Amino acid sequence: MTESLFAQTVATATGLLMLTAVLQVWRRSTDASTKLLAIQGAALALLVGAIGLAEGHAELVLIAFVVLAFKAVALPWALARTIERSGIHREDSPAVNPVSGLLAAAGLATLAYAVSRPLVALDTGPAAHAVPAGLTLVLVGFLVLLTRHRAVSQVIGFLVIDNGIATVAFLTAGGVPLVVELGVLLDVVLVVFILRILSARLELAHGEVDLHDLRELHD
Amino acid sequence: MTALLWLPLVVPTLLGAAAASRRSATWTRPLGLAAALAILVSGLALLAGVTPTGGTVPTAAGDLLRGDALTAYLLVTIGAVATVALWADLVTPAPPDGWFTALVCAFLASMSLAVLADNLGVLWVAIEATTITTAFLVGYRSGRRSLEAAWKYVVLGSVGVAIAFLGIVILYAATRAAGHPTLSLVELVALAGRLDPAVTRLGIALATLGFATKAGLAPMHSWLPDAHSQAPAPVSGLMSGVLLSVALYAVLRLRSISDLALGPGFLRGVLLVLGVLSLTVAAALTLTQRDYKRLLAYSSIEHMGLMAIGVAIGGWLATTAVLVHMLGHGLVKSAMFVQAGRILRAEGSSSVADVVGLSARRPDLGGPWLVGTAALLGFPPFALFFTEVAIVIAGWSAGLAPVMLLVLALLLLTFVGISRQVLAMTLGPARAEPPAPQIEASAEQPAPRLGLRAQAPMVAALTAAVLAGALALQTGGALAAAVAGLGVTP
Repeated sequence: MTESLFAQTVATATGLLMLTAVLQVWRRSTDASTKLLAIQGAALALLVGAIGLAEGHAELVLIAFVVLAFKAVALPWALARTIERSGIHREDSPAVNPVSGLLAAAGLATLAYAVSRPLVALDTGPAAHAVPAGLTLVLVGFLVLLTRHRAVSQVIGFLVIDNGIATVAFLTAGGVPLVVELGVLLDVVLVVFILRILSARLELAHGEVDLHDLRELHD
Repeated sequence: MTALLWLPLVVPTLLGAAAASRRSATWTRPLGLAAALAILVSGLALLAGVTPTGGTVPTAAGDLLRGDALTAYLLVTIGAVATVALWADLVTPAPPDGWFTALVCAFLASMSLAVLADNLGVLWVAIEATTITTAFLVGYRSGRRSLEAAWKYVVLGSVGVAIAFLGIVILYAATRAAGHPTLSLVELVALAGRLDPAVTRLGIALATLGFATKAGLAPMHSWLPDAHSQAPAPVSGLMSGVLLSVALYAVLRLRSISDLALGPGFLRGVLLVLGVLSLTVAAALTLTQRDYKRLLAYSSIEHMGLMAIGVAIGGWLATTAVLVHMLGHGLVKSAMFVQAGRILRAEGSSSVADVVGLSARRPDLGGPWLVGTAALLGFPPFALFFTEVAIVIAGWSAGLAPVMLLVLALLLLTFVGISRQVLAMTLGPARAEPPAPQIEASAEQPAPRLGLRAQAPMVAALTAAVLAGALALQTGGALAAAVAGLGVTP
């Protein structure tokens, strides 16, 4: 892989990651959110594959395929199934409207650039200057998690946070050791699995659930 | 020695698999206790082998596992607390449930992995695995409230711990820039002086905040009272008694890296803020609490806050006190959650107002409840008295006198809050008409008095909590080695 092709691939992948994160805040349809998540997973896999080829790590190329299988195919597919079963295709009343959501996302991106200055200055990896994109994903994931009421949207928020952390890991250090990487992926899959079961049980117990209405336990 | 590192992981896993394969067999019930005893025994054996200071530290799995004195001490704590909780569960008549036992075994194995791991990444995976295994245990009763508690627990727990992973990733980037990419705790400590301070500060701060979420420190504590009050009694005991301490153990390990890389001031400031906030939350909410299981949960936030302050103070005395406090609090808290479960079964309500005159009507329930509360509140001769005094003295001599005065005031408020509720439940005349029970089992006839067999785990736990202080002096060598593992010497 030539130097300029590598730079272009990294730029495209991080651009896609940022774009899909910002669109998450804008779109209210849960179907669209799931598709965006799949694109985001594919962009992450592209990023990992490019870094692997550029650095000549066969291990990283393997991880790229694992990431593609789970984050671009399996998890979005599972979420799409959940949406189909529960019949909730829209996030009814997010706590912020799309315009203020987009403004907040812009603010969070600025914050991410400010916070990650020491990381960029470290310049460890071939693409460390794209690190703020990863932190933006983390912060936007938080925004989605905090402002959405539907179980499936909160799971999507959680997965965006996780994609952001993975982006930082690959951009700064070419990924953490393989055993940790696989453990993390397994944990994420299990968390999504558990949240699916819990939300199904909640719906079984009392119909459509607005998570912000879960207020029986309080002081 | 290497086998001792595998034992606490392999035995619970195998026992759990056995329980999951024969889900309704009666022999599956004691398997959880067997797993707890296996962890306790291997911890004690490791502790005996490691001390006195020095000697080679056993490692396994390509240095991913490492059993130094601190690890051994934590294994003993996990084993002892789990023994109390699961032994008491065993003497409670209930039908066998293989899934429940299997999840408890998996939970115990993941806590053991967390303290055995010499790799921050593996430690993280293990702590996240505790969230996964306990999620179903919290939502075990499948009612609306327990599902609500389980949802909040999984979302807040996973997101909080995800932040810790971001911190770990950033630390890894710092080691890579220093020319030696590693997540090994030993190598991180050795490398600490060469890490870029700005990046390390970001990494340590995020990792500490993430693990503090799991340790139930304010202001990231909101999941804790819900999860701990809704889980079945032995699970609450395990989560409050030892899972919180395992998360704090991760912070202890981070501290030894942070002190070398950034100086002692940085993490001390962060932890003091978290600790004092936790004590404030506990003081405010125990005063007005109306549910005795939530009261215990807030008491856990109080104790975690105090331990965080102990970690913040650092140094020989405070660190030793924190370790003894972990064991003493774990034993008493798991016994108290078991007792709360028994009171709930007998009285049919978890509301303080519905339970009156317990020591007159049911001295078998009221007596241990009262004694356990005294232990939690830090009355001598229980170990928590000595550790609390030690933490305050250590803080005072470290020049934190104003903070310590604030801590004492908040502890006093919590003392008033908890003792007010518990005295309302136990003392006073028995009401002529008992409140309408919500659980059917106790509707027909009063439950039989608890016999010696049922009281034995409680007595054992409270006795051990008295002895913990004396034992700490007896086994001073082991504790000294554990604290020395953190780079602290007297």
